[in-house]
Amino acid sequence: MSAPLLQYLLSGLTVGAIYALVALGFSIIYNASNVINFAQGEFVMIGGMATASLAGAGVPLALAAPLAIAATTLVGVALAKLAVERARGASVVTLIIITIGASILLRGLASLIWDKNIHALPAFSGERPIAIGGATLLPQSLWVLGVTLVVVAALWWFFNRTLHGKAMLATSHNPLAARLAGISVRRVLLLSFGLSAALGALAGILVAPITFTAWDVGVMLGLKGFAAAMLGGLGSGPGAVLGGLLLGLAESLSAGYLSSAYKDVIAFGIILAVLVLMPSGLLGRRSSDRV
Amino acid sequence: MKLHTWFAAALVAVAAAAQAQDPIRIGSFLSVTGPAAFLGDPEQKTLELYVDRINAAGGVLGRKLELVAYDSGGDAEKARTFAKRLIEEDKVDAIVGGSTTGETMAVIPLVEQAQIPFISLAGAVVIIEPVKKWVFKTPHTDRMACEKIFVDMKARNISRIGLISGSGGFDKSMRAQCMQVAGKYGIQVVADETYGAKDTDMTAQLTKMRQNGQIQAVLNAGFGAGPAIVTKNYRQIGMRAPLYQSHGVASKEFIKLAGGAADGVRLPAAALLVADALPGSDPQKKVVTAYQREFESRYKQDVSTFGGHAYDGLYLVVDAMKKAGSTDKAKVRDALESIRGWMGVDGEFNLSPTDHMGLDLSAFRMLEIKNGDWTLAK
Repeated sequence: MSAPLLQYLLSGLTVGAIYALVALGFSIIYNASNVINFAQGEFVMIGGMATASLAGAGVPLALAAPLAIAATTLVGVALAKLAVERARGASVVTLIIITIGASILLRGLASLIWDKNIHALPAFSGERPIAIGGATLLPQSLWVLGVTLVVVAALWWFFNRTLHGKAMLATSHNPLAARLAGISVRRVLLLSFGLSAALGALAGILVAPITFTAWDVGVMLGLKGFAAAMLGGLGSGPGAVLGGLLLGLAESLSAGYLSSAYKDVIAFGIILAVLVLMPSGLLGRRSSDRV
Repeated sequence: MKLHTWFAAALVAVAAAAQAQDPIRIGSFLSVTGPAAFLGDPEQKTLELYVDRINAAGGVLGRKLELVAYDSGGDAEKARTFAKRLIEEDKVDAIVGGSTTGETMAVIPLVEQAQIPFISLAGAVVIIEPVKKWVFKTPHTDRMACEKIFVDMKARNISRIGLISGSGGFDKSMRAQCMQVAGKYGIQVVADETYGAKDTDMTAQLTKMRQNGQIQAVLNAGFGAGPAIVTKNYRQIGMRAPLYQSHGVASKEFIKLAGGAADGVRLPAAALLVADALPGSDPQKKVVTAYQREFESRYKQDVSTFGGHAYDGLYLVVDAMKKAGSTDKAKVRDALESIRGWMGVDGEFNLSPTDHMGLDLSAFRMLEIKNGDWTLAK
């Protein structure tokens, strides 16, 4: 394989893994409530910014990261409790608009609590690039890819092998029947927001050494993560990962071989084409199943 | 009749006294909050600091200065509204402001119509080209940054370069200016790549450049996080050609973000950034070190080049008023055009009817990052 091609593939996988982690957060909340949470990108931002500010204050990374994840989880639960739950019974579109409002609020708060500067975290295991057949990969990229795999496995186990996970899936399929079976739909909602906030924060911490973090990074990461989730099929864990990786590869290959000016156009063009042909994404549940 | 004459004379005297007491009003609209807050915040602080200092030293023409400043939040529409208010309600004598090019361009028709001297603090060359009768500016233009870089490249026998730029306004404008003047300096742009404003990885674009065997140096026209990522990716894939950045990253933040990868990067920047490293013989040293000391002792934050633009803008207006001996708007405008050899934070200003900025390439210093700090490039 030629060195440039290998480099494009490695770059695409790195970026793709970042998108995949964000996309997984979208899928969890969608599974539990059919809501697309547009504040998902802000969870990523809060995780990264909180860790950066704690690390800046001298807290070791091994302590700063869990603290930041815990704080973000609280934000996620608070969002569910204070905003989404109060609008119970409202249409899904209303709930989605609430999450858009929440994302604007969280961004504004972050710029006040922290600042408007860009922050970096040190890479977990050094900055020395690993050479692979003429191409290079940062050790941090392996962290991102590795953690993504672990998270996917853990989520699969959670949703298929634990009572809480099955309760969440049941709620997404039919909230009324789930409630009749004794599942607390309220708790499932809180759990799903908490879980995807924690996941978003984890993503934010992992990618901060590569992409830096700032009060407004959530916008673009959220958008790309959403696109990846759509491509792979909303609600599907493996779909989110597949969608993220494909999006990352499409971007880097088109920047490398076609035109860097149009790489986003090409990537989003592919997504549109897929969605026209397969409206529920590559690995999504057929929507007719749920009627 | 006599009584009336006395009365009228007294009235005139009272009015004249009132006029003497009336402060000179300097209007301003700046992006103190919002996305361009990093521009407007130091600009406003600088204006407040030096209006106070000028007043403490007795003011201008025996009158105190009064600053009337509004926060436009980086919004061109708001900037227009505030400029209108400054002109019509606050009746200011001159305007020093406009943190961004967008705000400035939105306000130009108003100041031209109202015939009031306006000194913009924004970068783009379109503000003063073509020359507008009432509009001046203090910051260096992106074209000058391109020229400074190309001069340095020529000195190092570099003639074929790769250009990589972001999709932001600053990036695009600089890219266009560099393309325009490259030929004049015998520089050929053999690769032209771009990246999105929020992109997180540029290795693909850089790998493509590495495959292009002709490139002798790479220039990154960019602003924000992008250039730091470009710099890290550049080292990651092991490119050895010299890397140039623009004055858009001339802040400590860039070195902090790019870390060790920043070593060896060259960029043009204002003298203020290397105030301490300037030799004692440098004609700009005195003014930049004084500004740095005064700003940092009052606000306990690092000085930035943007605040320096506001310093120059305020003092150019004050200087012109002193020269004109009045605050008459037309006279002040004419006096502005006649300022020569005035040393500011941004460089030596030589204004003229055809040049409403008045800086030349000597205002920029070519810097090289070594061991995580700025040094003057040899």
